[in-house]
Amino acid sequence: MKKELTIFDNPKNVKRLRLGFYVALVLVLVAELFIDKHHGFEVEHFFGFYAVYGFISYVFLIFAAKLLRKIVMRKEDYYDQ
Amino acid sequence: MINNLLPPVVIFILGAVLIPFLKGKLKASYMLLIPIVTFAILVNLPQGNIWTFEFWGYNLIMGRVDKLSMLFSYVFTIMAFLGILFALKVKDNLQHVAGIVYAGSTLGVVLAGDFFTLYFFWEIMAVSSTFLILASRTKESKEAGFRYILFHIIGGLLLLAGIMLYIQKTGSIQFDYIGLDGLASYLIFAGIALNAAAFPLHAWLPDAYPNGTPTSTVFLSAFTTKSAVYLLIRTFPGAGLLIWIGAIMVSLPIFYAVLENDIRRVLSYSLMNQVGFMLVGIGIGTELAINGAVAHAFCHIIYKALLFMAAGSVLQMTGKIKCTDLGGLYKTMPLTCFFCIIGAASISAFPFFSGFISKSMIISASAHEKMFMIWLVLQFASTGVVDHAGIKVPFFMFFGHDSGIRAKEPPLNMLLAMGIAAFLCVALGVFYQPLYNLLPYAADYVPYTGAHVVGQLQLLLFGAFAFTLLILSGYYIPEIRSKNLDADWTYRKLGRLAYKIADKGLNYINKISEIFVIGIVKIIAGFFKDMAAKLALFISVNFWLMLGYSGKRLEIKKLRLYDDIMNGTLPIGIGAAVATGFILLVFLLT
Repeated sequence: MKKELTIFDNPKNVKRLRLGFYVALVLVLVAELFIDKHHGFEVEHFFGFYAVYGFISYVFLIFAAKLLRKIVMRKEDYYDQ
Repeated sequence: MINNLLPPVVIFILGAVLIPFLKGKLKASYMLLIPIVTFAILVNLPQGNIWTFEFWGYNLIMGRVDKLSMLFSYVFTIMAFLGILFALKVKDNLQHVAGIVYAGSTLGVVLAGDFFTLYFFWEIMAVSSTFLILASRTKESKEAGFRYILFHIIGGLLLLAGIMLYIQKTGSIQFDYIGLDGLASYLIFAGIALNAAAFPLHAWLPDAYPNGTPTSTVFLSAFTTKSAVYLLIRTFPGAGLLIWIGAIMVSLPIFYAVLENDIRRVLSYSLMNQVGFMLVGIGIGTELAINGAVAHAFCHIIYKALLFMAAGSVLQMTGKIKCTDLGGLYKTMPLTCFFCIIGAASISAFPFFSGFISKSMIISASAHEKMFMIWLVLQFASTGVVDHAGIKVPFFMFFGHDSGIRAKEPPLNMLLAMGIAAFLCVALGVFYQPLYNLLPYAADYVPYTGAHVVGQLQLLLFGAFAFTLLILSGYYIPEIRSKNLDADWTYRKLGRLAYKIADKGLNYINKISEIFVIGIVKIIAGFFKDMAAKLALFISVNFWLMLGYSGKRLEIKKLRLYDDIMNGTLPIGIGAAVATGFILLVFLLT
């Protein structure tokens, strides 16, 4: 048996990873200042459109799925009954 | 010279026959050689119609060679190689034979230049893939396999009916662009769309695919739906209906993917979402959109197979596949985890991974045509992919809560198959030009513009940011052991209920509908089924007599075989009967 990886057992590493992720978030926003945006739909010209749309889409997806679960969820052996 | 070479489908199917007789290393190398030889033949094919035969006055074309069919043939052959490599250590000959026949018949479908050849291999595809589902040999897989073949027989009959009408109208069995116009075309469309798991004919896919074996589902994920995508590109490009079907397909399944607990069912819903992107592309129908659909099919086959391989590895090594049972596997399966993340990045269309260079073509095509709503839906769906395939699949298997499971990495052949697929995902994302050169239309598309890359990164990273916040705050949707109702409910529960009601109170209506609808279908189906049974009995009885069976033992054997066929536990009987029925129909109609 090979030895186990335990890198994410250390909360410090998880924290570092999260920090790196937040830095990346800022970077992709800053990057928008330096690109040519003369094409596409008008909404794309708003600063941070993709960031906002991505975030909202995601939250909507999860909460809509929660609602959907109320309608469609059954026990695992539903079809065997 | 070409006529000296065998068509790919013949190599695969004849090749499969020998597999049960081989053993060990010889068997392994022999199986791997089948797609390799096929690939060598494919790259040397000249354009145009080859492998043409005369059959009952019809001109059959087993090799329609153009850019479109070639690209699909390449990726199916590569996929067959990956699938065979991944399943190399499997001890079950049924899976090897069924998998290779299945992959081969798909090549037959893609290269077919006439309806006759198409339909023939279409049916073999349905039958052989059923065995891949049955191969799990569990109660669930048996039932799901049975529903699967029933669904595909219905699809096959729709297609067949459309084909007959179409041939009657045009007088030719050759096909190319059809377009939605008239009953025949709608029947053909429905038959093909069913195989693409197009809404609302989709429920068979998430029902059946998660019930395959760890290795057989990898095969299943690639061929049926994408051969249907190929046919839709061939026959119905620019059909506006496909945009709407596609828009529903990219969005509806992602909600289910969020809810699902079974990783392979999550991936099945995600597969439908990806095919949805392709259907939107086909529906838009411009050169850019069609190129996008083709390129996306190519990339998708590889990263989706990679994800199913990662899930299959986890299932094989741990015996578990539900989110609630898994977690923390990165500790002992780091390579599988790494490959899975590459697959996840590819399907999420991260820049420098394969999904990015193909999906962005379809989204750009919708923007070029000023389809704002569709464009919004596609962008929304892209974020959805990040959740279920990009984050959920790797997170709940390899990270998340520590399940305490300490499974080893899968065997070398499985790691190798995943490694090659992962390599291709990155290679396609970085060096996309060779793929673009193979697309049906000239592609001057530039995927890596500043606006594309930054926009996509914002969309993905801020989606992931939402995930981080939701999971830290405890608002993320919890994993629950459950069954989520989908359209299959209509025939699994409602069908039963309706039957009960009809049986008790509405006998009269029941009878009429039975006479007019079910009756006719029953007679036809029964006729073919019976014919297949009788034929099988005739051959088997002679065979058994030769082996010295007689009297009571022979009677028992006969009865058992007849029951097997009539109960549909022997789907090849039905499939072959449908194929036979088709030949008979052509014969009767001329």
